Amino acid sequence: MKVTLKVWRQKGPGTPGEFKTYPTPDLNPNMSFLEMLDVVNDDLTAKGEEPIAFAHDCREGICGTCSLVINGKPHGPHRSVATCQTYMRSFRDGDVIVVEPFRAKPFPVIKDLVTDRTAFDRIMAAGGFISVRTGSAPDANSIPVSKECADRAMDAAACIGCGACVAACKNASAMLFVSAKVSQFSLLPQGQPERYRRVLAMVGTMDEEGFGNCTVTGSCEAVCPKGISLDFITRMNREYLSAMLHAAVGRETAGKDGGAG
Amino acid sequence: MKPLQLLFQSSIGKKVIMGATGALLFLFVIGHLVGNLQIFLPKERINAYGHLLHANVGLLWCVRLGLLAIVGLHVWSAVTLNAQNKSARPEVYAGAQGPYGASWASRYMFMTGLVIAAFVVYHLLHFTLQAPAVNLLPANHEAKDFTQLVVTSGPQQGYRDVHRMLVAGFQQPLVTLFYLVAIGLLCIHLSHGSQAMFQSLGVQEGVWRRRLDAGSKVLAGLIFAGYAIIPLAVFLRLVQ
Repeated sequence: MKVTLKVWRQKGPGTPGEFKTYPTPDLNPNMSFLEMLDVVNDDLTAKGEEPIAFAHDCREGICGTCSLVINGKPHGPHRSVATCQTYMRSFRDGDVIVVEPFRAKPFPVIKDLVTDRTAFDRIMAAGGFISVRTGSAPDANSIPVSKECADRAMDAAACIGCGACVAACKNASAMLFVSAKVSQFSLLPQGQPERYRRVLAMVGTMDEEGFGNCTVTGSCEAVCPKGISLDFITRMNREYLSAMLHAAVGRETAGKDGGAG
Repeated sequence: MKPLQLLFQSSIGKKVIMGATGALLFLFVIGHLVGNLQIFLPKERINAYGHLLHANVGLLWCVRLGLLAIVGLHVWSAVTLNAQNKSARPEVYAGAQGPYGASWASRYMFMTGLVIAAFVVYHLLHFTLQAPAVNLLPANHEAKDFTQLVVTSGPQQGYRDVHRMLVAGFQQPLVTLFYLVAIGLLCIHLSHGSQAMFQSLGVQEGVWRRRLDAGSKVLAGLIFAGYAIIPLAVFLRLVQ
């Protein structure tokens, strides 16, 4: 099969970009979308043209590096699938496919289809961690966790941080990502010590990075390659309200000298 | 950071303000509807209701200022959140960006909100302030404008005649049409808002998402029906 690509080409950050049209060489329908781009790039290199820059790593749907907005939808036409596991058999011979980078102010384009998603890293650094005693591995099951909480925490932790939620949201909101990261810790006993500090810090950083706000449209959930549920945003809102109330009654605030009282 | 600062400055805090004020306005919309449906009772009833609302001036202004504050917070949070949303995506997509599970109502909350705001201003000028310019009385009507429609006898003597005012107001096709369009947009706004506020306030999960989603659509439909039959009944001369 052959398709025609309309690809966003941009030399570097802050420079103007434009769409360029590339007819592909003959493709195997069982190629992944990224393998198709590899083939197109081989062809471009052979012709002496600059290959298309795109982000990729594991190519098995678990690293969250691949991105791309394909025909207006992040990660291509399917539900709960990343671009790397989208195959050319999902398109028809002769199709024109529009390929763009994720668009959001906090995700500036580095080159062509590659965006800088370190805003997510800064949100994680603000609170996406727990404090543990380092050293030898603790005994398994020494801290009881209910089955329900373990399952929900695992559902949240399935988030691979690709940023498709931001790309699909009409407001470029990162709330699905942040809510998954807040929830995966707040559901578990190990996440309790920093529980309220965490949600305030992560949401604060999310706002500073310039992401938009949730209007509960549900687009994020629909395009998420891991099917992260909108319910986690509800949970994050609840956590945030609790943290605000905790701040209001002055709990968990030590004295100025760091001592008791 | 202090709690009030978090409430008024953070994204989630502003969503909480939006949801909480939205919930109060939703209750007002239902209360207002129940009051207005008295137009279908003998005409003394709605005049007595109007008298009840206007008789205690102190209480009336407390409620009015309270509502103004709630509307103010709702609009302020909408405008600031919307400005942030717009600036978060300076470059739009070239490929047709589909809604992906987002309902029409959820994508146009701000636009429907703006029309509702314009309607509320008109509605207040029309029936509350009784601005003659928008009264649009029929040329052959006994009164020149709404201010002349007062109750002439009985316990509400001297107070505005709500019944005659509604009848005179909604006999105009343009007025009735504008009310129907505005109520339609209000109910589209409510069909999403009355469910999304539970999300913003952190109490919508699992099976309750589907229940609240269905419930909010049914309720919005009922509110539309309730509000629409008032101008329609008058326009079709079923209420005289």
